[in-house]
Amino acid sequence: MKAIDYFCERDPDAFPLWQKATVGIAGAGGLGSNCAIMLARAGIGKLIVADFDKVSLSNLNRQSFNIDQVGMPKTDALKMNIRMINPFIQLQMHDLRLTPNNIPSLFKDVDVMIEAFDKDSQKLMLIETWFKHHPKIPLICASGLAGYGRSEEIKIQHEGSFYIVGDQSSRLKDGISPIAPRVMIVAAMQANLSLEIIAGKDK
Amino acid sequence: MKDKILINGRSQDWQQGMTVRDALKMMNYTFPMLVIKIDGELVPKDAYDTTTIPEGADVMIVHLISGG
Repeated sequence: MKAIDYFCERDPDAFPLWQKATVGIAGAGGLGSNCAIMLARAGIGKLIVADFDKVSLSNLNRQSFNIDQVGMPKTDALKMNIRMINPFIQLQMHDLRLTPNNIPSLFKDVDVMIEAFDKDSQKLMLIETWFKHHPKIPLICASGLAGYGRSEEIKIQHEGSFYIVGDQSSRLKDGISPIAPRVMIVAAMQANLSLEIIAGKDK
Repeated sequence: MKDKILINGRSQDWQQGMTVRDALKMMNYTFPMLVIKIDGELVPKDAYDTTTIPEGADVMIVHLISGG
């Protein structure tokens, strides 16, 4: 298979910019796995993805993994899944726990950073670390995606290089995980926004 | 804006020496996890008590909620 055949019918203005771009994704769960796959399909040149977790059965309600990948590191499983879709994308996968110490160097060369964590404390850790070290690189976060329905409540808020996608109100009920469609809507909006930013079309 | 600040685009009363914590109390924000920016600068969570808000500041406060 040739790249010229694979990458046919692409936007002549935006696609070359996406091919040159690197997107960082912190977390390879519901948000991260879905977001990474969409960006691979769209033709982003390189992804840097980090997650310490392994695929579990309970992930399959929303995360882009398969039954036969249960027990594998999420970064390995995601790499396999992306490779089956786009053999040309560069992938830098890190099977590790992200901390304020390793985030600045792991993601220093990204054009856009995507926060794809599950826990609110982890989200805040990334935001504080990011604006301390890379305040000019756009950071796209997610907040408020629990439950189902109410698609129209999911919105994007924006201040400088900080973007946050979600409804800003839906909280998880104890013991109930997010559900595929709303997680994937938010992941899609994060991916879509990063394409827009890289193409220079964001406001 | 004399004696005023903007919080999420809405005009609110401001007082000399007002900290981020004071503003959260005034606005009845009880959410455990927030992202707060003052004139584009992120305020770390451990600095809410010590960071004062200047008169006329543009403050962004958003909820940070688990789930992903």
